[in-house]
Amino acid sequence: MLREKKSEGTIASLTVDKLSKTFAGREILKELSFQVADGEFCVLLGPSGCGKTTLLRIVAGLETASGGTVSIGTARVDALAPRDRDVAFVFQNYALYPHMTVFDNLGFSLRLHGVPKKEIHARVTEVAQMLEIGHQLDHKPQQLSGGQRQRVALGRAIVRRPKLFLFDEPLSNLDATLRTNMRVELARLHGRLRSTMLYVTHDQAEAMTLGEKIIVLDRGEIQQSGAPGEIYHRPMNLFVAGFVGQPQMNFIEGRLDGHGKLHTEAGVEFDLFSTVGGRAAPDSQLTVGIRPEDLRRCASTDARFAGTAEFVEDLGSDCFVHLDCGGLKLVARLPAQDPIKLGQRIDLNVDPERVHLFHQKRRIDLT
Amino acid sequence: MKRYHEPVWQFLSPSLVVVGVFSLYPIFESFRLSFYRMILTLPWLGQKFVGWRNYADLISDPVALSSFTTSALFVAVTTPIEVLLGLGMALVLNESFRGRGWLRAVVLIPWAVPTVVASQMWRFIFNDRYGVFNYLLFGDATQFYWAPLAEPGLALMSIMIADVWKTSAFAALIILAGLQGIPHELYEAVNVDGASAWQKFRHITLPLIKPALLLALLFRTIDALKVFDLVFVMTQGGPADSTNVLQFYGYKKSFAEGMIGYGSAIAVAVFLVSLLLSLLYIRLLGAGLLRKERAA
Amino acid sequence: MRRIAFAGAVVAIGAFTLLPFLWFVSASWKSATEINSIPPVLWPSFHWDHYRAAIAEHGLLHYIANSVIVATATTLLSIAIAALAGFALARFRLPWGRFYLMLLLALSMFPQIAIAGPIWRLLNFLGWLNSYQGIVAAYIALSLPFAVWILATFFQELPYDIEEAALIDGCSRWQALRLVVLPLAAPGLFTAAILVFIHAWNEFFFALIILTYPARQTLPVGIALFPGEYTMPWGEIAAASTIATLPLVALTLIFQRRIVQGLSAGAVKG
Repeated sequence: MLREKKSEGTIASLTVDKLSKTFAGREILKELSFQVADGEFCVLLGPSGCGKTTLLRIVAGLETASGGTVSIGTARVDALAPRDRDVAFVFQNYALYPHMTVFDNLGFSLRLHGVPKKEIHARVTEVAQMLEIGHQLDHKPQQLSGGQRQRVALGRAIVRRPKLFLFDEPLSNLDATLRTNMRVELARLHGRLRSTMLYVTHDQAEAMTLGEKIIVLDRGEIQQSGAPGEIYHRPMNLFVAGFVGQPQMNFIEGRLDGHGKLHTEAGVEFDLFSTVGGRAAPDSQLTVGIRPEDLRRCASTDARFAGTAEFVEDLGSDCFVHLDCGGLKLVARLPAQDPIKLGQRIDLNVDPERVHLFHQKRRIDLT
Repeated sequence: MKRYHEPVWQFLSPSLVVVGVFSLYPIFESFRLSFYRMILTLPWLGQKFVGWRNYADLISDPVALSSFTTSALFVAVTTPIEVLLGLGMALVLNESFRGRGWLRAVVLIPWAVPTVVASQMWRFIFNDRYGVFNYLLFGDATQFYWAPLAEPGLALMSIMIADVWKTSAFAALIILAGLQGIPHELYEAVNVDGASAWQKFRHITLPLIKPALLLALLFRTIDALKVFDLVFVMTQGGPADSTNVLQFYGYKKSFAEGMIGYGSAIAVAVFLVSLLLSLLYIRLLGAGLLRKERAA
Repeated sequence: MRRIAFAGAVVAIGAFTLLPFLWFVSASWKSATEINSIPPVLWPSFHWDHYRAAIAEHGLLHYIANSVIVATATTLLSIAIAALAGFALARFRLPWGRFYLMLLLALSMFPQIAIAGPIWRLLNFLGWLNSYQGIVAAYIALSLPFAVWILATFFQELPYDIEEAALIDGCSRWQALRLVVLPLAAPGLFTAAILVFIHAWNEFFFALIILTYPARQTLPVGIALFPGEYTMPWGEIAAASTIATLPLVALTLIFQRRIVQGLSAGAVKG
């Protein structure tokens, strides 16, 4: 029954066009436009205060925008009350009805829409079993653990078979193990339901795992939008490069001379003539970005970076070494089997193809 | 951008109607009536427009003037006493001790009792032949007994005592709320420094409950202007108009004598005094709230 | 030393509050001679004559009936209207919302005399003098300010996301209020109801001017106007007063925590 998708035949794409929001003199959203395709899982990723939750709430109808439109399918919804938009919202704090049992929480919306009792019972039990809370149906929310409440919040949304699912950082109140497990479950859920989902989070690991499409937001503006791989391997600006990827990408400032050579503070040089060519003016300030996993140990003769290990994070599966290379601070991800001691001298190199270049915060492509 | 409509008016109209008809309209109507001369219960006699004459009479009416001073005296004496007593009660109630719940409930009894009952109660206590007040003062020597409610000097004092009994608890509750907002850590820190109880009170408690004290003061002042039940039952404004407070005088003129025009002038006068105090209260409250948030 | 002083303060406060009251109540069980005697008789002889007289000869029961009807009707209607207003003010983010609350606050401070005359004339015009609807209408107006304040404050503190969930699930504002908010707001409504009830039960000024026929008068009027020209029938007055006060004292003792919360919340927050 659940394989049967929402309102049959309708396209549940989401189109946001030039959406802006000003509040108390501050521009929270600046003319955002984007699309989420029917059945796509889209993640809104960004730091706190970037406006992602406001955006989600505007799509839900819980807040009004100052300008722009929101459309679900072909219909404009921005003048509709939340109840008329056929969307479901999973709140960060679950927002379960404390005076109702789990069963009533799950079936509340169906009751309001006049669905016959038998069908309510059938749908609720099915969803409850799918989420493994079938035995909790008689309990009140207070009697449930955080993880179980989370599932009830999720179930409440699923039972409705809405056109659009909206998630407001639903996993942030869970502990780490639970969070990782729920991530997988959410991904599986999407696989089963194939519903359009818009998911807000500040956790880039969540975004990378769950999203088919990621929209990175900062200060009310879209920084980049695309598939996770694209966001990760081809960040379009410094913000995206620094925000996505743990630990953060290493950034090195440098100056390009007239011969296509990049001189960095650490005295390291990159020969970029063949790649950059005449695209960047001589004497321009560039930022080099290198991900920790792209730094490899090498022989001292091949080393581009040489430094001493200041601090070692041995996580068992990975090893992150914080190096001091003559004043330049770098973090490298090295295989865990290769134990590093504090103060040890490490030689590192990087494949020039894996180097990211940014000029005035924007990406320069090297081909 | 178009927005769906919230049913604002459906929710607010009942209260707006009631407030408009029974609170706002009557105030404007009182203003209007004060410019006429008429008898309340004899409307067929018509109403005569007299302009400001009622107000002129008011200013030159010795009874009106004395009722202003009586009210002022009443407010000036009862309010500080009630706030001080309230402070004392609040300080006691703020400590945890066995039976605190009981004491708090007991302290609410004067508030819960109808004012007319309290009035009869004090009338009984102040009785000139067998009242326990006289007994406590003079014992068996009944020839010395006072008639507090029949002596111009003592009558007002008796009403004040009754009012203090009835309403100190309210001041206590407001101040108690302020006391409970003071974080314990402040006292603990000062304890470590070895401060005495008096020092703690003076330097921590008192400054931090200033907003609550102010609130209690203002609430009580405005309520003291409204005193009526006590006067009606205990003294009927006498003896010799010594307890003729403003609200009672207005009642007498408007309803006992039916002189609603003049009574309305009194009503307007009382209203303006009250309004002034209310505005003062609201302004200070705005500032007081800010102070409270900073302290918290 | 400090402990003794503190205990003394507790006793003093208790005595100051209770003794006058108990003294009066005890008179309801004393014979007339006991009441009049000097030195005063402390322990009453527990005779119930005054109660009988208060009921049989002074019609106490019908005063009680009127008070019950008026106070109950006022409470139910006032809370209903105030809940709607308080909810709207807390939720709908109206630009003039704050002004309305301040207006209500100001209105609650005005002395009754300022509006008494016109209200009397209005009720007279409607033919509502000496009627339940007249006095209840006036009482609703009197209690709305503090009821709205208490409830608006209360609603503001209820977590909003639960209501939002209801709106998304398909509730209109009315349904959200009825199905989700009111069950959660029950404690606040109850507290406000107690305060309104006590206020309506005790009210005297308007009862005095609006209810002039004894058949319609409430308890406070009955007790204030208790007949007695040369000698006051203190026993009967005490008996009537005790009966009038008993339900309130009981309410207060049982719900004192709520009452204290309601009063100080209403006062402190506004």
